[in-house]
Amino acid sequence: MSATADVTTALREKFPQVTLRDSLDHPAVNLPAAEVPAALRFLRDERGFDLLADLTAVDWAEGVSPRFTVVYHLFSTAGHEYLRVAADCVNDLEPSMPSVTALWAGADWHERECYDMFGIRFDGHPDLRRILMWEGYPYYPLRKEFPLAGIETPLPDAEVAAETGTKVIAAPMAGGPFVASPGEINLTEAEPRAKDESWNEHREKPEA
Amino acid sequence: MSTEFVIPDTAAKTAAARPAPGESAEFQTEKMSLSMGPSHPSTHGVLRLQLELDGEVVTKCDPVVGYLHRGDEKIAENMTYNQFVPYTDRLDYLAPLANNMAYAIAVEKLAKLEVPARCQAIRVITAEMARISAHLLGLGAFGIDTGAWSVFMYSFTEREKLYKLFEELTGARFTTSYSRIGGVARDVPEGWTGRVNAFCDQFLPILEEILGLLTRNKIFMDRTVGVGVISKADALAYGLTGPNLRGSGVPLDLRKDKPYSGYEQYEFDVPVGTKGDSYDRYLCRGEEMRQSVRIIKQAIAKFPAGKWYAEEARRIYAPQKDKILTSMEELIQNFMIVTEGPQMPAGEVYFEAENPKGALGFYIVSKGGGVPWRLKIRGPSFCNLSILPKVCVGTLVSDVVSILGSLDFVMGECDR
Repeated sequence: MSATADVTTALREKFPQVTLRDSLDHPAVNLPAAEVPAALRFLRDERGFDLLADLTAVDWAEGVSPRFTVVYHLFSTAGHEYLRVAADCVNDLEPSMPSVTALWAGADWHERECYDMFGIRFDGHPDLRRILMWEGYPYYPLRKEFPLAGIETPLPDAEVAAETGTKVIAAPMAGGPFVASPGEINLTEAEPRAKDESWNEHREKPEA
Repeated sequence: MSTEFVIPDTAAKTAAARPAPGESAEFQTEKMSLSMGPSHPSTHGVLRLQLELDGEVVTKCDPVVGYLHRGDEKIAENMTYNQFVPYTDRLDYLAPLANNMAYAIAVEKLAKLEVPARCQAIRVITAEMARISAHLLGLGAFGIDTGAWSVFMYSFTEREKLYKLFEELTGARFTTSYSRIGGVARDVPEGWTGRVNAFCDQFLPILEEILGLLTRNKIFMDRTVGVGVISKADALAYGLTGPNLRGSGVPLDLRKDKPYSGYEQYEFDVPVGTKGDSYDRYLCRGEEMRQSVRIIKQAIAKFPAGKWYAEEARRIYAPQKDKILTSMEELIQNFMIVTEGPQMPAGEVYFEAENPKGALGFYIVSKGGGVPWRLKIRGPSFCNLSILPKVCVGTLVSDVVSILGSLDFVMGECDR
C-alpha cells in the first residue's frame, strides 16, 4: 500500500499538475494531456509499471466539457499493482491525445481502437486507422449520440472509397462459406449449395 | 485461402532486370501479397492476415480484425448489469464460465460486495474447468495446424465430458451464463463435485497421453521449436498476458500475483517458458491443465458449506424463486432488480482475471443506478494478436500457421 502511495506522491512531485482521481479500487491520477507521454515514461522506467494493461476512453456525453477522457491502466509485473492514469482531451469537437506507441508497442492497437470508436486522434501514432470497423466507415460508434440500433451504412465498396477518398481493400471472401462478392460473381456459381437456382441477383425472385 | 496476386509484366521486368554487361547478376524477385483468411482453417475464426511475401518469406504482416465485432461495449451501456451476463459468454466463447466470473467480480468490486466462500469455490472450480476445456481446444487446433489430427480427437473426447458437467450445473453446454452479480445462478447439484473429482482422476492419465502425442513428436517439434520467438521485452511491450506472456519467461499469473475469488488458498505452480517460441507456449498450456486439476481437487476437498450468493446483496442479487412467489418483500425486491437493475454506487473500477487466454479486464464507469455509463472489455486475444506484425516478419508462411496456433486466440473477445 505504501508503495502505491509513493507512486502518486512521486508523480505529483515531478509533475505538479497531477491531481488525485476518485477511484473505488486502484490508485488513480488525473494528468494534463500534454504531460501524458512524459509521465507514463516516468512511471514505466522509474516506477516499474512495465505493462500497459489497457487503454480506453470515456465519452461524458455531448455538451459536457471536457467531453472525452482517455484512461490508461498500468500494471507493475514486479510490484503487482495497478495504476489508473486519466487525461482529458483538450478539444471536445476534435479530440486528440499524444500517442504512447513509443513507450509500449501494444498501445498501437489500443489507440487505433480508441480512434475507431470515439474519433480521438492520437498525435504521433504511426498508422492511425480504423481497426474494428472498416476503413471509410463514417461514424464513431461508442460516442453517446450514436444510437444503439446503429445507423445503416453501405458496406465498403468503390463508391464509399470514391466519396471518402480512403483506400478500401475489399475483403476477398469469395469462395468462403456462404459468401459471394456482389456484382462480380454469380451467386449460384459461387455458392453451389444455393440449390434454388430459379432466381439470383440477375433474375427476380418469382412471386410465391 | 484467397490470393491477390500482383501479376508482373514478366517480359518487361526481366528485360529491365537483366544485368548490363559487366555488372554482377542478381536475382530479382517480385513481392506477392497474400490474404490469409478470414475464412481459413488456421485463423481459428474470422481473422484475416494481409501478408506480403518475398518467395515464401513473410516481409510484412497486417492483421485485419473486426469481422466479429458486435459492439458489446455499446450494448452494455444500454442494459442493466445482470442483463449483460449472457454477453460475457460470447467473449471468449471457449471459456464462458471464466468470463462470467470475471465480469461478476468486476461488478461486485464496484458494489463493494463480498461473496461467500462457497460461491468463490464454485467459481474457482468452474473457471478451472473452463481453462482445461479452452486449453484442450487450443491444443487440438494447434495440433491440426501442425499436422497432428489425432490430438483434436482425444481432446474433444475430454471436452465432451466437461460439457456434460457444465450442462448439469448450468443447464447449458456452451453459453453458460452462470454467474450473477453477488453469487452464482444456483447451487451445485447433488453429487456434482464428486463427478468433477472423478473426471479429474480419469483425465490426468489421458492428459499425459494427449501431451505425449505432441511433446516429443519430431514433426511437431520441427514446426514449433524456435518458431515465433517472442522476447520478454516484446511480450511486455505488446501487453501479452496469459500463457503467451509466461511462455516468454515472465512469471505473471494474476491468480498468484493479484489473487481473487480465494485463489490464494490453493497451491499451484505457474509454468514459465525459457525461449518464448511456439513450443514453449504449448508446454505452458499443457502444464497449466495439470495445475488446474490440482486446484479443482483442492477446492473440492475443502468445499465450504453455506450460501452460494451474498445474503446482504438484497438490492443486487435477485431473491430465490420460492420466496418471490410467497413473500411480498421479496416480490418487490425482484421487481426492482429486474426493472431498474441492481443498484450500484458511482465510481470506477478495473478488474482483470486470469482467463485461459490471458488477462480479461473489465473497466466499469458507473454514475450510479442499474446501468453502466461505460464498460470497456480488455480482451486478452486483442493484445495477443497485436504482436503478429512483429513476430511474423521473416518467418515462412507455414510458420505463420504455427504461430497463430500457439498464440491460441479467440476472435469473440478480440473483436467484441
